[in-house]
Amino acid sequence: MSNKDIEDQLVEAIRRAETQLPNDVVSALEKAYEVEEGPARVQVEAILENIKVSRETGAPMCQDTGIQTFYIEVGADFPYLGELKDIITNAVKRASGEIPLRPNTVNPFTGENPGNNVGNYVPYITWDIVKGEECTIHLLPKGGGSENMCALNMMAPGKGIKGLKRFVVDHIVGCGGKPCPPTVVGIGVGGGADLSLKLGKKSLLRDVGVRHPEPHIAELEEELLKLINESGVGPMGVGGKTTVLDVHIEYAHRHPASFPIGIAVQCWADRRSTVRITKDGRAEVI
Amino acid sequence: MATIKLNTPFDKKDIQNLKVGDTVYISGKMFTARDECHLKMLELHKEGKDIPFKPEDMALFHCGPVVQKKNDEWRIVSAGPTTSIRMEIFEDEFLKTFKCRMIIGKGGMADRTLKALEEVGAVYVHYTGGAGALAAMAIKKVEDVYWLDELGIPEAAWILDVCEFGPLTVTIDAHGNSLYNELGKEIQKNLEKIHREIEK
Repeated sequence: MSNKDIEDQLVEAIRRAETQLPNDVVSALEKAYEVEEGPARVQVEAILENIKVSRETGAPMCQDTGIQTFYIEVGADFPYLGELKDIITNAVKRASGEIPLRPNTVNPFTGENPGNNVGNYVPYITWDIVKGEECTIHLLPKGGGSENMCALNMMAPGKGIKGLKRFVVDHIVGCGGKPCPPTVVGIGVGGGADLSLKLGKKSLLRDVGVRHPEPHIAELEEELLKLINESGVGPMGVGGKTTVLDVHIEYAHRHPASFPIGIAVQCWADRRSTVRITKDGRAEVI
Repeated sequence: MATIKLNTPFDKKDIQNLKVGDTVYISGKMFTARDECHLKMLELHKEGKDIPFKPEDMALFHCGPVVQKKNDEWRIVSAGPTTSIRMEIFEDEFLKTFKCRMIIGKGGMADRTLKALEEVGAVYVHYTGGAGALAAMAIKKVEDVYWLDELGIPEAAWILDVCEFGPLTVTIDAHGNSLYNELGKEIQKNLEKIHREIEK
């Protein structure tokens, strides 16, 4: 086994994410189709048809193929640890031409676009070092339209959970059709400004319909899901019952003076895939 | 709410007959234009220079596609709409200058564009965001591309030949009616109710 095998599987993982929407998301969209009427139903129907076309033709489901974002749980004794960043970067470059992906990395100061979806800090990788010799890589290609709707509130702690609910509902309803609803909303609470946003985005890795293990957090997720869907924003913001497919919350302990709330928004194209690599370099998209 | 098939160049009367909520499929020609392309075309016009195609005969598509070149020919791989509201700052001037009869985008536009649509006799239609693979199926050919080197792939003007491109939902008609304005009032009312539930 070699770096090339791992790279091949990572290219395949990017292809999988860009062309095959996970089943949990498709099921949630199918449920939305059953309950929607009029223009909202037309939108969800087009989304489902699009998912089918993408799966059959291998064309990326959305022209915004996103910024390639990786979450890695890697064993401290994984033999390829030192080379993994280079392998991932090469896989992204290759995928850009092979799938293909839209050239989505732009230098903010010069406007230069290298054309291969890599650049300063991109692909964006979050490392989680664990005990062991194996490695799991989660991929989350993140589109710009929904990313533009992410938000941070360094809320006064005195506003409490009611304040949190109000901020989340007002923000997501205020986004209207811009993040391509029905969306999946990831909320990170606590930590600091950066950590809350990071946890919010990381929570998007969880399957749609899967609740937080702590019952009172799970309950809050369900309550927010229900409240936001009472707004009537609907699919693509044309009015309807399904504004969000799910709400996920992750939290960290907070400083007594701070109550950070980070909201990460993911469009209906909640694209994800996972690669597992054994210590001898055997990689598999799962 | 009707389902209507239209061909470019659009007949002004056909466009004026469209109502908010109607579903439209179009065949013919469209050009893509995002932020940079709008600015480029307006700049050329101000300098008194010609636009190398006829925007008045085509639909304007807010889109930055994924493309691939095979055997010297461009092919559209995926081409859903981009968020239209970014273009609000110059879309009124653009419409009045280039007289496009249909804007295809996502997420809707605001009052300046709504007034310009009414003045020009044009509509804004919403295409499902992210439905890039479905859109590519209806694009039969890339007729041409302009300012590719200068603006890059997503921002260039791609001239596309399409067949029954849709479903497109009319969300702003040519008479000042906007689904977004009506819906906005309803959502505001719902939001007040949600706030009361939270405070309970």
